[in-house]
Amino acid sequence: MTNSAPIKISAKDVAVFYGNNQALHGISMDVYQNEVIAFIGPSGCGKSTFLRCMNRMNDTIEHCRVTGSILLDNQDIHQPELDVVQLRAQVGMVFQKPNPFPKSIYENIAYGPKLHGLAARKADLDDIVESSLRRAGLWNEVKDRLDQPGTGLSGGQQQRLCIARTIAVSPEVILMDEPCSALDPIATLIIEELIDELKQNFTIVMVTHNMQQAARISDRTAFFHLGNLIELGNTNDLFTNPKLKRTEDYITGRYG
Amino acid sequence: MSNLSLILVLLLVMALGYQFGLVRSRNVAKSQLNVPMHSRSHHYGMLVALWAALPAFIILLLWLLLAPTVINSMLLSAVPIDVTSLKADELRVMLQRISNLAGNFGVVADAEPWERAAAVHLRQLKANSTIVLSALMAVIVAIGMLVSLYSITPKLKARQQIERVVKVLLILCSAVAVLTTIGIVLSMVGETLKFFSYIPPTEFFFGTSWNPRFSTVGTQQQGSFGLLPLLAGTTLIAGIAMLVAIPLGLMVAVYLAEYASLRFRNIAKPLIEVLAGIPTIVYGFFALVSVGPFLRDLGAALGLNINATSALTAGVVMGIMIIPFISSLSDDILTQVPKAMRDGSLGLGATKSETILKVVLPAALPGIVGAVLLAASRAIGETMIVVLAAGNSPALTANPFEAVSTVTVTIVNQLTGDNDFSSPQSLVAFALGLTLFVITLLLNVMALVIVRKYREQYE
Repeated sequence: MTNSAPIKISAKDVAVFYGNNQALHGISMDVYQNEVIAFIGPSGCGKSTFLRCMNRMNDTIEHCRVTGSILLDNQDIHQPELDVVQLRAQVGMVFQKPNPFPKSIYENIAYGPKLHGLAARKADLDDIVESSLRRAGLWNEVKDRLDQPGTGLSGGQQQRLCIARTIAVSPEVILMDEPCSALDPIATLIIEELIDELKQNFTIVMVTHNMQQAARISDRTAFFHLGNLIELGNTNDLFTNPKLKRTEDYITGRYG
Repeated sequence: MSNLSLILVLLLVMALGYQFGLVRSRNVAKSQLNVPMHSRSHHYGMLVALWAALPAFIILLLWLLLAPTVINSMLLSAVPIDVTSLKADELRVMLQRISNLAGNFGVVADAEPWERAAAVHLRQLKANSTIVLSALMAVIVAIGMLVSLYSITPKLKARQQIERVVKVLLILCSAVAVLTTIGIVLSMVGETLKFFSYIPPTEFFFGTSWNPRFSTVGTQQQGSFGLLPLLAGTTLIAGIAMLVAIPLGLMVAVYLAEYASLRFRNIAKPLIEVLAGIPTIVYGFFALVSVGPFLRDLGAALGLNINATSALTAGVVMGIMIIPFISSLSDDILTQVPKAMRDGSLGLGATKSETILKVVLPAALPGIVGAVLLAASRAIGETMIVVLAAGNSPALTANPFEAVSTVTVTIVNQLTGDNDFSSPQSLVAFALGLTLFVITLLLNVMALVIVRKYREQYE
């Protein structure tokens, strides 16, 4: 990924406090359009917290305070005029554990478009559902049972359903919080291939515990430790030639 | 000795047996240092206590169960009249007289000499019975204690034996609950069948008029026993109550579970639950004195004719009473919906209320249905509010502004007063009770089925 691509998200001095505990210390980074950027680091290093800052999901946690600025397309996402509902439609999120709604497969996908009034007629909605499922590579597996509960799918299918659900509202950025950590290796592989395709249309920020995964699918990788951004670079450089000793120690498995 | 003192002595025996077992097991352990004891010493103590007291207690129970029959037959064989010629009723009266004489209670008319003699005999028999029982128990206690004391060896699996006793005890306890239910149903079925020997079931279940009249033994006039007006009243009031309680209760639950701060929730929830703890008779007062007149005046202002005691009054107050059933249970269920569901919805750009309405509530629906049906069966069985506030007028009407009566109120009416207990006027109470029981049972079964079905779908 060349750095000539336009900047999608720009974070400056982002700090997060849970009550009196500081979880993030002044993180600054830019995310470029249509790249896949991976956050790695040991548990509790703040990578998920930072991810959740990008669509203000931390707002839903009591006693959580975020400082610093995050710009999406040069708009501060914390400015009072900006509607958090609109922000989350622009910046979608896929969670660690597949969390389909207790509704039919069709309703799971149609949920977001209905909320935002993306489909005027039933036929439009059908189109959105089909195209979202196709782009998530799930259509052929579920097209004959769209009326069955989404919770009846396998774990990998559920996670692709959640990705399709996120795509259905046409976001610009997709945040993924360890999307494969609850899946088996084969389901993981399918999701990874999917992410590789999705970056044609979306900017993808993902948190992963699996360094091979970061190495396989991301363009750039950020290493977090103890609430600090330690190193950020092109994935190849960071894994083959880390600038800092701490990064090297972590990716070679000396601690973590 | 009286039975109570026998039981007290048994408790004492248990305490002694425990100590003996404890000491004995320690001595055994000391004398056989090379073999470890299987159980700890207090297990042996408990085992000895159980062996000493349990068999004797069982004998006591059996004796109490069987002794009266044996004593009666011994008494009858000694009475100088021909008992085979007596009818069952006469026999019962005779035995009662003798028993009263023996207990120094008075009897109607002068006692005949042979009755006095029989009473003396009965007193003697009873005294003998107590002596024999005490002696028998003493022997069994002694045997049980000695045998168990001497069976204490390092190999005796005292812990496992106690475990078995505990298991049997628990089974007995649950049997009490189940058998009580069965007993209640059976006794109601019996009385109901008696009632149906007077009034055919079709007349009861499909009759549209309720007018049982007075119990006039000997005449053929029995009044009409139609269930439908009462059932309609019950349904009407319970329906109004649910109309009040479901929206209010659910909104309370949603506020508590989703919007309220933790501090507010911790204060408000117990306060709301107080509603369920207020005695229903107090609600009845409240309905009769405050709500009824208020509704009547309100109706007058709106140009409606509302009785002060009406289905509406009773229903509204009952609805308030069952709010906590719905709100507390639903609140628990809502807070159990995983946060991942809410995050998923919020992450798609849904607002909080959209998330609650479209994701959280549907996910919690089976539990909420269960809570609602539980509240409904509570509403159907509620009595005191309706007695005071519904007007007690068994008319078949769908107008909530009129006075009605319910199944429960009618049961109260039919069983109070000085009705003959074998008249249909009293027996109908059992038929009503059984009907009510079946209805609430069906509601509960329905709740279970719904909850189970949705659970499969959602998990």
